[in-house]
Amino acid sequence: MSDLDQPPVGAPVDPSGLGPEVRQPWLERYDVAAKAGGLVAPVLTALLAFAVGGLVVLITTGKNPLATYRAIFEGAGFNWFLPWVQGTERQAAAFNMQQTLIITTTLVLTGLAVAFAFRCGLFNIGGQGQYITGAIFAVWIGSSFEGLNPFIHVVFAAVAGALCGALWAGIAGILKATVGAHEVISTIMLNWIAIWIGVFLFGLGGPLQNDRQEFVPVSNDIVEGAKLPVFWGDPVFQGLHIGFFVAIAGLIIYWLILSRTTLGYGVKAVGFNPEAARYGGINVPRNYFLAMAISGAFAGVAGAMDILGWQFRLGQDTVQQATIAFVGIAVALLGRNTAIGVALAALLFGGLLTGTSTRNLDPEIFRPELASNLTLLIQGLVVLFVGADVIVLWLMSRVRRRKPA
Amino acid sequence: MTSIALPIAARAPRGLRAVAWIGIALGLIGCWIALPPITARSWVWSLVVCLIAVMLGIGVLIRGERRFGAFAIASGVLGFTVGYLATLSGVGKLETVVVWSALIASTLRFATPLVFAAIGGMFSERSGVTNIGLEGMMLIGAFFGILGADKFGTWWLGLLTAIAAGAVTALLHAVLSIHLRADQIIGGTAINFLALGLTGYLYIDIYGAEGTPTDISGIPSVNLGFLDSFSFFDVIFGDLNLMIWFAVILIPLSWVVLFKTPLGLRIRAVGEHPKAADTVGISVYGIRYGAVILSGMLAACGGAYLSIGFLNSFNENMTAGRGFIALAAVIFGNWRPFGAAAACLLFGFSSALAQRLPEYSDSAAVLFQALPYVLTLIAVAGGVGRSIPPAAVGRPYKKS
Repeated sequence: MSDLDQPPVGAPVDPSGLGPEVRQPWLERYDVAAKAGGLVAPVLTALLAFAVGGLVVLITTGKNPLATYRAIFEGAGFNWFLPWVQGTERQAAAFNMQQTLIITTTLVLTGLAVAFAFRCGLFNIGGQGQYITGAIFAVWIGSSFEGLNPFIHVVFAAVAGALCGALWAGIAGILKATVGAHEVISTIMLNWIAIWIGVFLFGLGGPLQNDRQEFVPVSNDIVEGAKLPVFWGDPVFQGLHIGFFVAIAGLIIYWLILSRTTLGYGVKAVGFNPEAARYGGINVPRNYFLAMAISGAFAGVAGAMDILGWQFRLGQDTVQQATIAFVGIAVALLGRNTAIGVALAALLFGGLLTGTSTRNLDPEIFRPELASNLTLLIQGLVVLFVGADVIVLWLMSRVRRRKPA
Repeated sequence: MTSIALPIAARAPRGLRAVAWIGIALGLIGCWIALPPITARSWVWSLVVCLIAVMLGIGVLIRGERRFGAFAIASGVLGFTVGYLATLSGVGKLETVVVWSALIASTLRFATPLVFAAIGGMFSERSGVTNIGLEGMMLIGAFFGILGADKFGTWWLGLLTAIAAGAVTALLHAVLSIHLRADQIIGGTAINFLALGLTGYLYIDIYGAEGTPTDISGIPSVNLGFLDSFSFFDVIFGDLNLMIWFAVILIPLSWVVLFKTPLGLRIRAVGEHPKAADTVGISVYGIRYGAVILSGMLAACGGAYLSIGFLNSFNENMTAGRGFIALAAVIFGNWRPFGAAAACLLFGFSSALAQRLPEYSDSAAVLFQALPYVLTLIAVAGGVGRSIPPAAVGRPYKKS
């Protein structure tokens, strides 16, 4: 690690992102970074992104970036963790924290959707499409079957969302497994197909458009019984719903599958080196399909949790404008595709998204409309610095060299 | 080139393709006779013509020309479907929706930004660098185009600003994927995020709630006065934006550059086999930098057309996925200029149709917007003969 004049990659020149059999070079770099840095590399990546973001704030508005970040920190409710925050301030912090955790729930699941496919050497850029198909089915089932047992109703809607996401991603998986179609291209196409299907379904006169409000392009509201119970905060003011535990369960399932099952072993083996895996008797196409399907299931559940937990309806504009599953890419990349990493990165981005929302950021300190774009910038920078990990590795080597001296 | 990228096409005799083209044309005719101005009221005519198209397609398909045979079959089936549906609907409705001159003009308008981005993307991919950041580069072009036109006061300086900004964005992608050998998909994703954040941020910071000023100097239209007496052509070509004509010139130009010049040969060599190209003294890095930066400049032109050519305003995320449609066009057009341009026209037509179809059904019309993505998915799946990318696309090259 200390010698970075040598490229940090043990990657052979040959592997391509396109061939179904060959390993992608960046995966090896992650291994290097993960082994060498553990927490250091991701933290450094995030700090670097925040530093550049702060620079943008300073240059364009002349405001103190630290004050801005502090306002975002408080808008996200992270000060709830500080024991000396008391009284009404603590209540406000608790409320903000609930909002952050609602977003974190979604981000954990969409992050896992990207991370699981990564472990198999696949780049699932189609989380958005899988999220939307999951949300569509959840809202459809949630708004039908009035009077069904609430427990059965919720489980039914969530499982349908998961299956639907799995199916949507499975299309890309099957294409990859059978004809070697590049999963990046097919998942991008599937994203947009899902978006237009959603626009069709909830558009004026569409099959799932609201029965009562004829001129609003939105679905029916889901029935009371299909709403997820709130366990922290006031249900009327969007408290934290039990989907949070689903996300935690998702993290555990992710870890269990990858480290404790034959399936996970196969997936990781294919991710390390498909050619060697095939030689070792692992069914590579089957693993490609399963990895995509499981990824899609995570994203589908994320869509279902958002509908059943706090959105309760799905509108045309949400379908077109939501980017929550794209943030999942940044979450997975920053979290280095580990369960803990995804959880922490999801909390970071969840806080960032909540803290920069119009409702939570003090406009005196920084304009929220600007801040939400700042969030996008920071996401982009995180993805950039993870991609260009050479920069981060170089920085790390500087830090290392100084220490022993 | 043909023998590398299209082994199937290279083996099949040339005559088969002509037959396939006749089949494709017959499918279109079968659909056309049911529409204005002929408006045949019986579906039998459509069926007869389209059946011939399908049979020609099957004949071509089993003789080995799979891609074109499949196109002819698809043309026949789609032609009859549309023709049949048209006979079911009233003549009045048909005449309001199917105004050919307006449809074609609108197709050209929708296709132009796609053509710029797709030709750019084609150069980048031909040199071996995947560019899914086209969307972001278009968005950058759209914003900086209007910013330049506003601050400098003239549209051509706005266009130049857009091109420069697109070049800088592409340079970032180039450094990432060529020198730093980062994963090109991650690099492109980063570009898309950054472009969305940066343009949104600057837009709010500079223009705020009022939006872009309304008196911005836009790219002018070219008025062809001599067409006034031919009303059909006048509606289509009489008043097209300058950028549309640039796009029309760009297509054959890029074909000549790519297939008939030493530079084009180098670009293709670097994309197919960088090591061999390096061995004979071609600068792999130089060519790739040039191609990626060119792709950014062209994509920015497409974006600038949207903001200062078409709408004369900017709003956040205004490209709304057009960069991805352009990417789809590159793949659907098999990494060839005329193929990509034809795909852009097809996708532009589906957008134009989607805009006019609400006469029939408000919601179902939007499904036409999904057509580009469905077709591309079928194309990458190998349904119509595999799309075969340049051999080295997506792979960083390491000088040894």
